[in-house]
Amino acid sequence: MTDLERHSYDVVVIGAGGAGLRAAIEAREQGKRTAIICKSLFGKAHTVMAEGGIAASMGNVNSKDSWQVHFRDTMRGGKFLNHWRMAELHAKEAPQRVWELETWGALFDRTPDGRISQRNFGGHEYPRLAHVGDRTGLELIRTLQQKIVSLQQEDEREFGDPEAQLRVFAECTITEILKDDGGVAGAFGYWRESGRFIAFDAPAVILATGGIGKSFKVTSNSWEYTGDGHALALRAGGSLVNMEFIQFHPTGMVWPPSVKGILVTESVRGDGGVLKNAGGQRFMFDYVPDVFRDKYAHDEAEGDRWYTDPDNNRRPPELLPRDEVARAINSEVKAGRGSPHGGVFLDVASRLPAETIRKKLPSMYHQFKELAGVDITAEPMEVGPTCHYVMGGVEVEPDTGAAVGVPGLFAAGEVAGGMHGSNRLGGNSLSDLLVFGRRAGLGASTYVEGLDGARPAVAGADIDRAAAAALAPFNGDGAENPYTVHTELQMTMNDLVGIIRRSEEMQDALEKLDELAVRAAAVTVEGHRQFNPGWHLALDLDNMLLVSRCVARAALLREESRGGHTREDYPLMSSEWRQVNLICRASADDISVARQPLPSMPDELLQLFERDELNKYMTDDELTVLPKGDA
Amino acid sequence: MGYTAKFRVWRGTDEGGALNDYDVDVNEGEVVLDVIHRLQATQAPDLAVRWNCKAGKCGSCSAEINGRPRLLCMTRMNTFDKSETVTVTPLRAFPVIRDLVTNVSFNYQKAREVPSFTPPPGLKPGDYRMQQIDVERSQEFRKCIECFLCQDTCHVIRDHEENKPVFAGPRFFIRVAELDMHPLDTLERKHSAQEEFGLGYCNITKCCTEVCPEGIHITDNAIIPMKERVVDAKYDPAFGLFRVLRARSKSTKTMTEQADRAWALLRAVEDGEVAYAMVEDDVAEAMGQAKAVASTGTVLARLEALDHFEAGRLDEAAAEAQASLNWHRSAQERSDAWVTLARVYDAQERPTATVEAVENARRFWPDNPRLRHFDGDGARP
Repeated sequence: MTDLERHSYDVVVIGAGGAGLRAAIEAREQGKRTAIICKSLFGKAHTVMAEGGIAASMGNVNSKDSWQVHFRDTMRGGKFLNHWRMAELHAKEAPQRVWELETWGALFDRTPDGRISQRNFGGHEYPRLAHVGDRTGLELIRTLQQKIVSLQQEDEREFGDPEAQLRVFAECTITEILKDDGGVAGAFGYWRESGRFIAFDAPAVILATGGIGKSFKVTSNSWEYTGDGHALALRAGGSLVNMEFIQFHPTGMVWPPSVKGILVTESVRGDGGVLKNAGGQRFMFDYVPDVFRDKYAHDEAEGDRWYTDPDNNRRPPELLPRDEVARAINSEVKAGRGSPHGGVFLDVASRLPAETIRKKLPSMYHQFKELAGVDITAEPMEVGPTCHYVMGGVEVEPDTGAAVGVPGLFAAGEVAGGMHGSNRLGGNSLSDLLVFGRRAGLGASTYVEGLDGARPAVAGADIDRAAAAALAPFNGDGAENPYTVHTELQMTMNDLVGIIRRSEEMQDALEKLDELAVRAAAVTVEGHRQFNPGWHLALDLDNMLLVSRCVARAALLREESRGGHTREDYPLMSSEWRQVNLICRASADDISVARQPLPSMPDELLQLFERDELNKYMTDDELTVLPKGDA
Repeated sequence: MGYTAKFRVWRGTDEGGALNDYDVDVNEGEVVLDVIHRLQATQAPDLAVRWNCKAGKCGSCSAEINGRPRLLCMTRMNTFDKSETVTVTPLRAFPVIRDLVTNVSFNYQKAREVPSFTPPPGLKPGDYRMQQIDVERSQEFRKCIECFLCQDTCHVIRDHEENKPVFAGPRFFIRVAELDMHPLDTLERKHSAQEEFGLGYCNITKCCTEVCPEGIHITDNAIIPMKERVVDAKYDPAFGLFRVLRARSKSTKTMTEQADRAWALLRAVEDGEVAYAMVEDDVAEAMGQAKAVASTGTVLARLEALDHFEAGRLDEAAAEAQASLNWHRSAQERSDAWVTLARVYDAQERPTATVEAVENARRFWPDNPRLRHFDGDGARP
């Protein structure tokens, strides 16, 4: 191929959000020549949208907090489907990752004694989220971005070239992982700006591409969230775990239609906001499930006292894990008690002084004022569930982020699976990015060192094939428009594989997805290769379709309700299903879903829980190590 | 609620291009970016535009709407009249790549020139102690979403490619200020702001502050404090002038205050309280001072329109009022521009145009006190 730009690196990181940047920093600090590839401009990744904070048990606000408590909360939030080792590493390492950000210039909100302030959040027993107002994600991405700049400044002093060891390839999209003899050899993609092809020779590739939300109509996710990393891993021979678990954040905007789905941070509730139905009732008290019954307030008075006296009161049920709150809102709306535009009311105006709201929730104030014409200091917001996060992802080795089955491939952040089980707690995403981003960077570096200089080679034929596949949409007969197919995909996933699922609907969805896959193959794009969004969407569409099929197939198989997977026909949680992970793999023209036993938690971690609690999730056989409770 | 809007969108590459006209559907509650997306989906599938979050948080969809730098995702369609043509063009300060997408790499180069945060040696992670009140000053600047609208509007580089090598622009002045005000940063940064980043070129017109979608007080809280600390006026003639003006007006808000003063005088003329000749010199002086620190005439167009009108220069008055409308400032200012246009048309004895202009003025600001010069039908009583 003549029209091809080629580069050689030790480590290529695909994705420039929190996980990708942290991974790249680590790889560069391990002495590896590292490339960062981002679909957007540098610093625009979806991490900037994170609002509430970073969960880390620093104990700055309540000194009772510890990694063990954080671990327990994470496992409970995920309904014990989490990979225990990931939850353990995450809880243990999150504080170091937050403190490290301060050394790179991050400025978190402070406690009166000058330490990092921490706020309450759903499912977290103590105030745990380090934050900057409600723009924590922006602070995280900017800090990492500026750390990368500082490393480049070091390299400029040492090598006379800021990009000698660490280079950002902005507005560049990877379409294929290239392999040699079963292991990773590089990656192939295109520059969005020029449409020219680019290939990387690299023995290690880290996927940090985020989620899949753009397959759903109502979503808080940006256009970048098209499941690229999930699809790249599948095509490279990797596997996906827990794909049936999708988090619908309980509070997205519902009006006006054009902003439907945009996130309303959980901090609104963490700081005192409450949910009300059309009758003005705080309905969440009616939706506390048995497993959480004794951990949440039973009446409004106790819930309100908790904000000032958390030691002697239980938290209000507005702060249940996200899956519970989203389902409750869904039920209220279905029962005809919703707000005028099909959501419920989120009221902070009657709970906090206007000045406090503007100070603690500045971007929410701004967002509602600018986009909906609503003053949240004077009137309630209308909110409803929105597709927010995929718990499922690439199956990895917890300690290194190595993708199972593909030597040289790594994954971190939302694209990796296992950490959050069936439901992620708010605030655990930003900490996940940092903890496992760093570990993947380290894992990839160690892997490269282990090759002892034996570099895999990219085959020219593979590049030709990848280039032909990328150009295919220009050669169609004009039958299909990528925007139309995308819209139908979003409707299908939203309506048939959404927050509440039924067997027949998911079967319909699978048929529709097959039909859409045929139509996607006939998609034709107009114009030429230079910054052509129609072409970019046509290529992303294949990824969305592949990943959507995994979601629908796994969701149809799992006959229970747990976390981000609610089956109307199987409404209960099942201890038998808790022991099962569903693993998706792809062959040339189909996907397969297999059952795989969940790794079992070691005794010392099991012993962090009361037997009474574990009884609600596990079978007796799993609990022999624990003494039988009195109850 | 839906209607068909007229859009003009610049299409082209670095080799040239043109405004293309489109009729496109608009639904209730939509923003300009929704309409651009509808164009892509229905009429122009290869129309290039950057966007990500669609919620004003990532700063990707920066462009110019009717000549004003804005985020496409935060500009609601109901701020335009349904009959109005909405013109969308790429950022003017940066080279076009294609359509609405520009090459903003200038900003990433400048970012690399600012020395990074430098904490005290030996201070360990976890041992950082800072008071909230001390971090808040820098936190304001860290709200920056890097949309680069401030860079785009800044007259030092907007039409002056030659200044780019020596001028970092407002975004990087707040970056330097942020580090300078960081309680634990140890580098001396004030003089570098002046010597390496071109702070002296800034003549404090606040255009950057006006376009900032995050409401960061770029001028008042970053640029002026840095200039005050660099202080040596012989370095910085603009700041010298600024200080003279401030001494006179006892305020840092020189441009606005002088503009307000001129406006009040012209309104007194309009209301028949004083003859134009009586205040002509005062108005000229105040406008001169405002203009000396304003970057572009458009900032003061509303004022100049009325001045031209009262001085009897009808064509100039109409042109300035039109410029004010194109610049899309507040509803009040647009209403005022329409009132001035109505007066021009009235003086030119064009009753239909007059009635239409009065209606527009009333739509943007029903209570505009200047409307009492017209009765219900738009004719002068």
